[in-house]
Amino acid sequence: MSAGVDLEGVTVRFGKFTAVDNANLAIKGGEFFSFLGPSGCGKTTILRTVSGFLDPSAGRVKIGGQDMVGIGPNKRPTALIFQNLALFPLMTVAENIAYGLRVRGVDKKTRRKKAGELLDLIALPDQGDKLVSELSGGQKQRVAIARALAVEPKVLLLDEPLSALDLKLRQHMRNELRAIQQRVGITFIYITHDQGEALTMSDRIAVMSDGVIEQVADGKTVYDNPETSFVASFVGENNGFAGLVTKADTSGAVVETALGSLRGRNPKGLRTGDKAILFIRPESLHMGTGKAMEGFSAAVKNVAFEGNATHVFLQGPAKKNITVTVGRGQGGDIPTQGNMANVQFDPALALVLPEGKLARE
Amino acid sequence: MSSRLLVFIVPFVVIGLFWAMARYEAKLAHDPTHKGYFERNGMTLGLIFIFLVALWTLFLVVLPYLYMVVESFHPRLPLPKRGGPDDYLTIDQYKSFFVSPSDNQWNTNHMGAFVFTLAASVAVTIFNFAFCYPLAYFMAQVGSVQKVRLLMLGLIVPYWVNEILRAFSMRLLLTSKGLINQLLMWTGLTDAPIDFLYNNTGLYLGLSYGYLLIMMFPLYNAIESLDKNQIEAARDLGAPWWKIHRDVVIPYAKPGIASGCTMVFMLAAGSLAAPQFLGGPNTLWFTSVVYDFFFQAFNWPRGSAYAFILLAACIVFVMGMLRLFKVKLGEAIR
Repeated sequence: MSAGVDLEGVTVRFGKFTAVDNANLAIKGGEFFSFLGPSGCGKTTILRTVSGFLDPSAGRVKIGGQDMVGIGPNKRPTALIFQNLALFPLMTVAENIAYGLRVRGVDKKTRRKKAGELLDLIALPDQGDKLVSELSGGQKQRVAIARALAVEPKVLLLDEPLSALDLKLRQHMRNELRAIQQRVGITFIYITHDQGEALTMSDRIAVMSDGVIEQVADGKTVYDNPETSFVASFVGENNGFAGLVTKADTSGAVVETALGSLRGRNPKGLRTGDKAILFIRPESLHMGTGKAMEGFSAAVKNVAFEGNATHVFLQGPAKKNITVTVGRGQGGDIPTQGNMANVQFDPALALVLPEGKLARE
Repeated sequence: MSSRLLVFIVPFVVIGLFWAMARYEAKLAHDPTHKGYFERNGMTLGLIFIFLVALWTLFLVVLPYLYMVVESFHPRLPLPKRGGPDDYLTIDQYKSFFVSPSDNQWNTNHMGAFVFTLAASVAVTIFNFAFCYPLAYFMAQVGSVQKVRLLMLGLIVPYWVNEILRAFSMRLLLTSKGLINQLLMWTGLTDAPIDFLYNNTGLYLGLSYGYLLIMMFPLYNAIESLDKNQIEAARDLGAPWWKIHRDVVIPYAKPGIASGCTMVFMLAAGSLAAPQFLGGPNTLWFTSVVYDFFFQAFNWPRGSAYAFILLAACIVFVMGMLRLFKVKLGEAIR
């Protein structure tokens, strides 16, 4: 059984510092929902507020429509998976998994049976009598998930649980987590600063910055149609060119940048004279000229071959750094270091957004 | 040669033992690249190390005890008769603990003092644990840095005062006309003064207070290293506070608890000042008995026999407790 989570004007302050500022969200039951943002953006604070370890300074948290005010973390229908997993080192794997049942007074036989079922679910059958220290990183990860699932929470909260794993395992665990979520069908709220994790696993993502939720949407929308300059610069690689809007209509806007006048989509309806940033992703830039596309030229500073793609780092006027990613099968000439290169793009793939804060590099 | 002098041969035996161990280690090394003790350190330095360690363990630890052990197996004799025909090995001194040599009756007086001392020490240990555990938990996991510093200062500063002075000042507080009784009578809680010293309240209070920090620091150290997430994880899984302590905090802090309890128990059972100044007139602390044999009766053999009975009993008790609570000795003295 799953339950939705509603944040209604949730604000969390620590002294004078506002960690979360007026968060309004409705997470649907059974959804895989991610909070994505750089460290210190308040995403962990939101998670701790939902789990009950923190009380909001204002606003309220509802789980399954029920107001959670005054209900402690041990009484909420949530289970939290900690960043460092926080498995109990002095207990066996099975004891860890069944701990939530034990404190609820479930008898030993039932506990044993339930632990066995969960061990099967996480593909660690017959490992219940091992000590936690005898497991590998990925196995510990799965035990932590099983321990949280054992109490049959309506909402599972995950605080960057994959950050301690190495790359290969992390990618494997992404699929695993998604599969487990679909199997058990409960709401997952996932905290991460890794956009790859958020994009691959989530039904929807909330991008956060400095305690404010910047955008809530599915991964594709967040990537293709970011609403703010922060989201555009934080999610995925992006080239941003700041300038003034010189021409604007329904189909697009022209921004006067250091590289010249460039055209892009204008979803926010900016007008002539507004300060704006034109964003264009490295993979949307192409080497070459022609074809009624927007274009500019810049000096090639460095070329980095990365297997499936090649990154060309350019420097335009006013020391503006530009990255162009050329896919392997895409063809096209790859320029050499030190030369000038012509770069072009389809204006439908460029996005003009109001000027705002950018993600720190 | 007197059996007492035999003791002084022991150092040379032990030095020889060290030597043999070093040679044995060199011989054991099947790995050809493994260097023996003397190869690693050189002959001069190697000998100096052995000498220093031997000096420390022998002259400061082993020999004095050994001498007392030997002493405890001898009769009490005036100096000229020592080493003479009357100076034979005997277990009379140990026997005198159970059967009084003067009247051949059970020595209930001393055995009673012995049992009381152990029981009171257990009580003091339990009290100190009950008092220190919440405080240590607060300081290690809950309190803010400033509060913990303040608390720590409050706990440590009183220990800058001399132990005897502390015992006496506590006596002043607890006497019939002391501050506490005056306060109790003024508030009307009692009509007549309560004799806190007679009923041993002072003794328990003094002993507990004296070894509070000995319990505090091992507990604090043990709990402090516990990951806060462990506590939160247990709470998140639905555990009420007392189950968190039962299942997570106490098992984790067990070595620290064992260490604190062992030390408090040992020190309380062997304490002298607090029982002498704060004990009631009918209270006989076992170390006071030992003390009196040495310095009042000048009966060193019997005094040392009594001391070893106490030591042995304490060690057996502590080892038994460690085994009962499944703590390894190595963990407890960590």
